[in-house]
Amino acid sequence: MRIGAGVIAAMVLVAIAAPWLGTVDPSLFDAGSRDLLPGKSGQITTLEGETLQHTFLMGSDSYGRDIYSRVIYGTRVSLVVGIATALLALAVGIVCGLSAGYLRWLDGILMRFMDGIMAIPAILVAIALVALWRGSIVTVVAAIAIPEIPRVTRLVRSLVLTIREEPYVEAAIALGTPTWKILFGHILPNCVAPLLVQGTFTCAFAILVEAVLSFLGVGLPPDIPTWGNIMAEGRAQFVSFPHNVFFPGIFLAVTVLAVNMLGDGLRDTLDPKMAKRI
Amino acid sequence: MFSFVARRILATVPVLLIVAVLVFLLLRLTPGDPAAILAGDAANTEQIARIRASLGLDRPILAQFGIWFGNLLQGDLGESFYYKTKVATLIAQRLEPTLSLAALTISIAVLVAVPLGILAAWRFGGWLDRALMGFSVLGFSVPVFVLAYILIWLVSLKLGWLPVQGYQRLADGPGPWLYHLALPSITLSVLYIALIARVTRASVMDALGEDYIRTARAKGLPEVRVLVRHALANAAVPIVTVIGIGLALLIGGVVVTESVYAIPGLGRLTVDAVLARDFPTVQGLILFFSFIYVLVNLLVDLSYVFLDPRIRY
Repeated sequence: MRIGAGVIAAMVLVAIAAPWLGTVDPSLFDAGSRDLLPGKSGQITTLEGETLQHTFLMGSDSYGRDIYSRVIYGTRVSLVVGIATALLALAVGIVCGLSAGYLRWLDGILMRFMDGIMAIPAILVAIALVALWRGSIVTVVAAIAIPEIPRVTRLVRSLVLTIREEPYVEAAIALGTPTWKILFGHILPNCVAPLLVQGTFTCAFAILVEAVLSFLGVGLPPDIPTWGNIMAEGRAQFVSFPHNVFFPGIFLAVTVLAVNMLGDGLRDTLDPKMAKRI
Repeated sequence: MFSFVARRILATVPVLLIVAVLVFLLLRLTPGDPAAILAGDAANTEQIARIRASLGLDRPILAQFGIWFGNLLQGDLGESFYYKTKVATLIAQRLEPTLSLAALTISIAVLVAVPLGILAAWRFGGWLDRALMGFSVLGFSVPVFVLAYILIWLVSLKLGWLPVQGYQRLADGPGPWLYHLALPSITLSVLYIALIARVTRASVMDALGEDYIRTARAKGLPEVRVLVRHALANAAVPIVTVIGIGLALLIGGVVVTESVYAIPGLGRLTVDAVLARDFPTVQGLILFFSFIYVLVNLLVDLSYVFLDPRIRY
């Protein structure tokens, strides 16, 4: 878990410090610096028209853009999408799960509805929603969060069903505590540990799906560099210039791995009973 | 037992209905005029009006759903705007590559993952166990298309063993069919293996802790028989469950894999349809995939009866 957390912390730092890490504006290009191998140096034209000498640490793509800069700036997008999606899925899932678990009349309808969403493979939902709503950060986050909401809802609902039989809930009801206070003040705090674990897995899933969407061409607008984008644009030259695809791919794999390891570690720490199972 | 089967089948009907409603609403609930969205960006008002009339979009929404659902039950999934053929025909044409890929992937995954999981559970804590867990986390984290490119680079470009892209129909001979499908199925199966091996290991580990295993060994049964006939048989339910649930991941993976390996199957069709904003096709494909997913999970549920006679609904 510490490795996972460490790697993610490094990624966050990289994302924040992007402009100072020896990068240039990721959209800058120079026709004379196309398809350079990693480590070569070449020219790049800034927006003001001046030419700089720049070392292409990860090589350049077919337009002459610096892959290194694009990958570093791509870190921002991936992390933002990952965290935002996890937060959104958790927020909506918590509300739905609490309602379904506590209010019996809502349980049947809501869970049938969630079953329906879960019956459609997640990536298809995301692809269809992004295709309908046109790509932008908000729609991508929403489109990836929606297939994850049933999972969170199910988790919260099962927790609520157990917790609502506890004596302290009974006491709270007897004292006349309003329902929302019971839900958010008594039941929810006892759900935090599994929700945190689920949140990290949702984040990993979101980073992955965002990359898949960009790779297939249905994600964010192409002017924002994301790892999936860079790979999609580089795939045509894969045979001769694999660095286009490998560098963003490695960053993507490492980030998702780190988040998954963090989630595993959190789960092992917070609930040793669950560690024995999957 | 028949009542159990019948009840289980009936239980899928509400889910399928909700999926149908969701898919139907998908297009209707987006901001903007559905007819305009369907017509595309370059249409003028006449064309939009014509599309609206031809699709019955000017009728009340319940009537629209009724017509659409009625068509659905007859197998009419609508007509693709982009390809100008019936969606059902398109799906039938592209079914074989996807089915081949999926079948091969599932076979490889189960044949590799289950024995590995059993071995890891058997030698709990050993090098195989830790290696498998490490591989499992990697398998989950490395995206399918990244793995695909790594494998292409390694196997096709550097070693030249397998082709980079393409698909050969089974009717043209099993040799070329396998030759072209080998790399895509191996790529896709890695994710599935990671999932199944993990669950197999956990489940078999639970089973190996039971008293009947001790009895079986005390009886002097050969270890293989103990592992397969006793441990695996009792561990089977979660394993089969995860195979069913993992199908959703598989479907997502198929979309990406077909895109990378240029296989002309349903996954590629989905991507092409989405990029072309061909909504009838996208709707039809979502319905089709969801139906398959629900069907497979139904079969998984029904298989419990054979795997564990104690399960009765």
